[in-house]
Amino acid sequence: MKIRYQPIVPFDQEGFNRLKDEQHGLHPDDQYLKPGRIPHIWCPGCGLGVVLNTYINALKMTGIPIDRSVVVSGIGCTGRVAGYLNMDTYHTTHGRAIPFATGLSLTRPDLSVTVFSGDGDLFAIGGNHFIHAARRNVNLKVICVNNFNYGMTGGQVAPTTPVSARTTTTPYGNSEASFNLPYLAHASGAVYVARWTTFHARQLVNAIAETFSIDGFTFIEVIAPCPVGYGRPNKIGSGLDEMIYYKENSIVQNGADPRNVDIALKGKIVVGKFSEEKRPTFLGEYEEKILKKFRRTET
Amino acid sequence: MKFWRLPLDAGSHSIPIGELHIIKDRCKGCGFCIEFCPNQVLKEAPEFNKKGYHPPLVTKQGECVNCNLCEIICPEFAIYSVLKEYKELTAEDIAGYSKK
Repeated sequence: MKIRYQPIVPFDQEGFNRLKDEQHGLHPDDQYLKPGRIPHIWCPGCGLGVVLNTYINALKMTGIPIDRSVVVSGIGCTGRVAGYLNMDTYHTTHGRAIPFATGLSLTRPDLSVTVFSGDGDLFAIGGNHFIHAARRNVNLKVICVNNFNYGMTGGQVAPTTPVSARTTTTPYGNSEASFNLPYLAHASGAVYVARWTTFHARQLVNAIAETFSIDGFTFIEVIAPCPVGYGRPNKIGSGLDEMIYYKENSIVQNGADPRNVDIALKGKIVVGKFSEEKRPTFLGEYEEKILKKFRRTET
Repeated sequence: MKFWRLPLDAGSHSIPIGELHIIKDRCKGCGFCIEFCPNQVLKEAPEFNKKGYHPPLVTKQGECVNCNLCEIICPEFAIYSVLKEYKELTAEDIAGYSKK
């Protein structure tokens, strides 16, 4: 038997550069995106592009320069946001986006640090980091994109999957209770808790822009469609069908009690800004309680 | 809401007119812009783009009011609108709004 090898074609760097120059700069938001990275890998109908777009629009709205904003993301479909933004972005190990961002935020308090990650990354493997960063009130802006499953690895059950929802690892329906993320964040001590869906793009832009000016741990949950991992096995349909489902079933309730905003399968989704309060931040308290004493003894 | 005449302060208001730019080969055909456009300016084009999806097509170019929703909701950075001009408010616009 004769084995045929495919001829080795050298990588066409010139052609790649030409394609990159042609494709980059067609859209006004391309100045925030790394050249040659668009189109992104997310599926047609996925909500992650909308969240990335709203984040860029919030940056444009507040006028925060690119070299003053940092994005840290973990692993997963949402973790790829770090690769697409043309600024200082860090793609960290699984679940450790918040520890990395904590260090960054404490050493460089002048930067606006945003943690962009998914529900599986922030609440399954990184759940402990999340509650402790919220307890300490580190100056972080957390955007959690919740698509109710682990999308990148093939639609497995996640801690946010609603009861009796089907995923690839729960073919007869999920039997575990799910996390109520705004309640968890509020109880842990986040100073700003909001939830929006990708259908509420304009409200999401305003919410993200609002958090940039808040000192402390802010949390925004964004419900995003996952047509392949969550919509298809649960008979919700394509990404567009999921967006229409959000349009018809979401109730805007600003200031709602986070205890009552649990999401059931194909149930109503309560969205809005749930709480905003003032608490001393980690760095402020450290300065006040510890560093000040040493400064006094010096002088 | 129904207007029975041109409002008295119609001269101090105007309608922004936007021009839509679609980067056809970036589109993945999710249909968000077509579904959620408040003025139903867009529809699915009959032809395919390079990837094999149907990109949106502008049907009523003059009716875009530059609200930028398609720009914000597009996951692919494939559509944006630019403010072209401001149109003065006329009696026809008010009548058309009352019909909706």
